[in-house]
Amino acid sequence: MAIADVKEYCHLTPEEVEQIGAELDAIRAEIEESRGDADAAYINRVITVQRWMAAAARIGMIVSSPMDKKVRGPVLAASAVSLGLAKILENMEIGHNVMHGQWDWMNDPEIHSSTWEWDTGQPAEQWKHSHNYIHHQFTNVLGFDNDIGYGVLRMAREQKWHPVNLGQPVYNALLASLFQWGVALHDLDLEAIRKGKKDPKEMKRQLKQIAKKGRNQILKDYVLYPALSGKQWRSTLKANATANVMRNVWSYLIIFCGHFPDGALHFTEDELEDETRSEWYLRQVLGTANFEGGKLLHVMSGNLGYQIEHHLFPDLPSNRYAEISVKVRALCDKYDIPYTTGPLHRQYGQVLRVIHKLSLPNKLTQDDKPPTGKDITVEHGRRQDEERQQRRLELGGWSRSAS
Amino acid sequence: MTSTTPERRPRVSWEGFRKAADTLTTPLLPDDYLTLLNPLWSSRELRGRVEKVIPETEDAATLVIRPGWGWHYDHRPGQYVGIGVQVGGKFQWRSYSVSSAPKRSGRTLAITVRAMPEGKLSEHLVKGLSPGTIVRLATPQGDFVLPDPPPARMLFLVGGSGITPVMSMLRTLDRRGTMGDIVLHYSSTTPERMIFRDEIAALHERHPGLSFHARHTDTDGIFELASSDAGLDAICPDWRERETWACGPGPMLDAAEAHWEEAGIADSLHLERFSLSLGGDGGEGGSLSFQNSGKNIDVDGATTVLEAGESAGVGMPYGCRMGICHTCTVTKISGTVRDLRNGAEFDQPNEQVQTCVTVPVGPCVLNI
Repeated sequence: MAIADVKEYCHLTPEEVEQIGAELDAIRAEIEESRGDADAAYINRVITVQRWMAAAARIGMIVSSPMDKKVRGPVLAASAVSLGLAKILENMEIGHNVMHGQWDWMNDPEIHSSTWEWDTGQPAEQWKHSHNYIHHQFTNVLGFDNDIGYGVLRMAREQKWHPVNLGQPVYNALLASLFQWGVALHDLDLEAIRKGKKDPKEMKRQLKQIAKKGRNQILKDYVLYPALSGKQWRSTLKANATANVMRNVWSYLIIFCGHFPDGALHFTEDELEDETRSEWYLRQVLGTANFEGGKLLHVMSGNLGYQIEHHLFPDLPSNRYAEISVKVRALCDKYDIPYTTGPLHRQYGQVLRVIHKLSLPNKLTQDDKPPTGKDITVEHGRRQDEERQQRRLELGGWSRSAS
Repeated sequence: MTSTTPERRPRVSWEGFRKAADTLTTPLLPDDYLTLLNPLWSSRELRGRVEKVIPETEDAATLVIRPGWGWHYDHRPGQYVGIGVQVGGKFQWRSYSVSSAPKRSGRTLAITVRAMPEGKLSEHLVKGLSPGTIVRLATPQGDFVLPDPPPARMLFLVGGSGITPVMSMLRTLDRRGTMGDIVLHYSSTTPERMIFRDEIAALHERHPGLSFHARHTDTDGIFELASSDAGLDAICPDWRERETWACGPGPMLDAAEAHWEEAGIADSLHLERFSLSLGGDGGEGGSLSFQNSGKNIDVDGATTVLEAGESAGVGMPYGCRMGICHTCTVTKISGTVRDLRNGAEFDQPNEQVQTCVTVPVGPCVLNI
């Protein structure tokens, strides 16, 4: 069900919890002090590779258009894949991490959380609010973390069942393939708009940002580049759509494996009350799941296979999460704190099971999560910012433009 | 593509073309892709490539830099530029006077740097920078400049690496053939440490109007301005009638300032200070909130906004830390700050403030 107090759940004394917090702070300090040339070279290398892949894909589609069909086919296919991979790399390892402020320490205005805009439908500013603040601070707290099902899926047994949930398998497939647009609308809070609770001025401001960003994205992928391919505009359009779907499905998959496998637990509002920094750390470990894989898999998923480490230290450079994970795991073993990880296919298998089971009322299915606290039910609807605790400091920057 | 002839301006400018290309590279800029081909092909941040490192003395070197797109070769002789170098993965900024003469048709600019005993970055610039390194640049700034046309009679008082802006002025005068009646007094600890000594000697050969007084303070002692037999009156009896530019260590500039003030002609003295003493009245201090990082701190009237932000744990940008390079500029959303150099107060909302030389007066909110 859900945890009301992390200390109690882990059978830890307040002193032990503070000790864990101090050890995690020490890991943070060690990484902060050792950031240097090699890390800067890493992110610059990833950015260079990503831009070459994107440029090669766009050029490949254009120059192959007058060619013979036998040549054009393979070039087009390779270009579509290259563009898809470039978009994945940009969204996951570059955009998401830069916007958390992981690279702000370099003092480089071109790779900075305050200026980065990513290659997807959602404006960076709204992402930095819905993700850096709402999701990272209130991780897996029922009624507070809007990422528990994104307002589309029922992903916790405590969320009230509604007959609409029967369609979950379909909504899930739609969300996976249209993920970038789902994310684009995420910070708007459609439910509040439907109920007329949304501040109309703020809604207008956000909609304007989304419309502008979305227009630029669509114009580029579905009008301008196809037009540059002349008679072959249709194949370029298809290739771009393929690349976008590739990115959508992949980022959906990685993100869903972060908090919906069985080991990732939910919390009630009580946990937030007087929560210390150390307790916040503990909640991040308990509410998050890693997945295992090779180096390439981790880079292509923005190092979110180290989701636990990312949630503990959202603003530390992603290339360091692998080494951090060794220490975090040892710490968890020492204090007997559950550390959820497994191969990607198993983690996603559990996610799918949750999606299907929770499309039905609770009494028809069994809970696969480890037994936790009390049985509660949370109503639909989001908390407004005024009803929330103040922002934590290490989640990454968030700024609002006037328009 | 940029055939700009005076008779016919192109209807589609290069800048305009790049702007149109934005729609293809959005959310990035065309420049972000062009730098893949040549690191100088971007005007997003001004860049330069170090072409040559010319050792001047044992501890000083001239960096010849080829700037990238967006750079206008129209600095005024005597101005300084900001240079940002990535050290340990982090961009560090300092400002140095341009020592080359401005040249519209130019391809490079030169700055001369002396490694300071405690200056890690200057040491790196002199000894650790290899040709081919890409650096960031900031546009030329500063009021310590040669007027155009130059006054007929001038006096330059120089100490140590203070020669660099003056060298830019002398080269300009030489190139334009406007070298008039000039007295240059240049102090350096030893002859070996005297940057540009050969070039100045050569200029002196070519231009009889340029008189050059070299002083080696290790053997000759400090130049006493007021001394009657070896002071200013001895080397340049008509100094009161000359426009004077002085550049060098703080005590030297203080002495010059006092001397000119005593003579009642402070207006004809131009100073360039490379280190700043913040003597201004700080006022009562205040509480600062850093909006984007969500941090707050209360500070007294002697703590700059930059120092306050740093102690609160905000990743504040900074460069020279003395109010010249503007790297530290941040938008102040509300409240009032005071400039410690001159007491000027900035109280407008959404105003850009230099955090390294300002202190809060009451509560302030900053956009960082």
